Amino acid sequence: MGHAEIDRRRLLVTGAAAALIVAVRPHLVLAQAGAGPFSLPALPYPESALEPHVDAQTMGLHHGRHHKAYVDNVNRLLESHGELQRLSALELLRRLPEVPDAIRTGLRNNLGGHVNHTMFWSIMGPGKGGAPVGETAAAIERDFGGFDAFKQRFNAAGLGQFGSGWAFVTVEPGTGKLAVAAAPNQDTPLMEGRPVLMGNDVWEHAYYLKYQNRRADYLNAWWNVVDWAAVDRRYAAIRRGEAII
Amino acid sequence: MAFELPPLPYSHDALEPFMSAQTLNLHHGKHHQAYVTNLNNLVKDTPMASMSLEEVVKASYGDASKQGIFNNAGQHWNHILFWQCMRKNGGGSIPGELERRLKSDFGSVEQFKEAFTQAGVTQFGSGWAWLVEDGGKLKVTKTPNGENPLAHGQKALLGCDVWEHSYYLDYQNRRPDYIKAFLDNLVNWEFVAQRLAA
Ligand SMILES: [Fe+2]
Ligand SMILES: [Fe+2]
Repeated sequence: MGHAEIDRRRLLVTGAAAALIVAVRPHLVLAQAGAGPFSLPALPYPESALEPHVDAQTMGLHHGRHHKAYVDNVNRLLESHGELQRLSALELLRRLPEVPDAIRTGLRNNLGGHVNHTMFWSIMGPGKGGAPVGETAAAIERDFGGFDAFKQRFNAAGLGQFGSGWAFVTVEPGTGKLAVAAAPNQDTPLMEGRPVLMGNDVWEHAYYLKYQNRRADYLNAWWNVVDWAAVDRRYAAIRRGEAII
Repeated sequence: MAFELPPLPYSHDALEPFMSAQTLNLHHGKHHQAYVTNLNNLVKDTPMASMSLEEVVKASYGDASKQGIFNNAGQHWNHILFWQCMRKNGGGSIPGELERRLKSDFGSVEQFKEAFTQAGVTQFGSGWAWLVEDGGKLKVTKTPNGENPLAHGQKALLGCDVWEHSYYLDYQNRRPDYIKAFLDNLVNWEFVAQRLAA
């Protein structure tokens, strides 16, 4: 992994300069990694860090197999499309309708998978959970009437997503208003230009080893690993108009 | 009369080691049961409560206002078929007429298996891989979530569940290994041949 990629990850994890995430053109990373424009970000904590809520085996497979497969597939799809390798993940997702037919669905699924999981790792952490902080806490109070009501809405979105998909919180550009949205498979609101504050993976691979069919239990337990400080840094970046994945 | 969960046509450990008893217990007793329970709740006190399962699948397909009914009815129908498509000591030789049709429509049994595996592996997210008869020809198809050949007016001969709950405890992310085990060691080819003849 090259320095540019390490820096890119650190920015993503800290959120301190989120705008630079998209400013770092993926092809610059390619020059060092040599395997394609995108690379798998390292987990910002050990695989066992989210125990007992998310088990180490699940984390290892989820990051090292599932997320890696999305990254490898995106790079393979872009191999013969040099002109697209100059675009950031965000630009590619927004411009999917312009992408050649032969790779559009593949990019939608796999690049969606890459950005969703990159966001996902960055908003969790060991010893986290608790209540929202900062402007995020105020916005949740304002837009949902409280943390409990918000969690209920979010969990219902995750539970109601039939098959594979995600529960997201989106931010309305300009007003900063929050909304809960579910999406199938690896679709993301970013594909419609809506910034994503946070999201939870409700593909069965995210919870089956530990929770089996009990998705509701997983959704409830997940709040124990949410890094609200990281979420609040994302909220600040989005309100500043920065384009983050 | 309410829709009911049919018993498995074999014991829960009958498909070991290719499909574990734990997987089969959860898959049949929790997942399939949940589809049945949800379906009954959704059609309660509606005209669909007195329809056959096939009628509910066809009548709800493509109707956005009945998406929840279709999801659960489709999955109820799919799983009833799926359990019958497997047996203890499955796989092995394929009855003559079915084998002849597979060869004539896919080139060889191996080519059929490749097409079926490809369909299952490339069904992104949750869904199914199928062998169907459509317009007198055998075809391989794939469908997302609860969708099925019945909704598409095709005759389903063989279905493989590729929702992650089917294989995650036994194969984790290795869906191709699961599909290979399904084709080589689990399929009840006599049942598939009977459907073709019916
Ligand atoms: Fe995932
Ligand atoms: Fe299933």
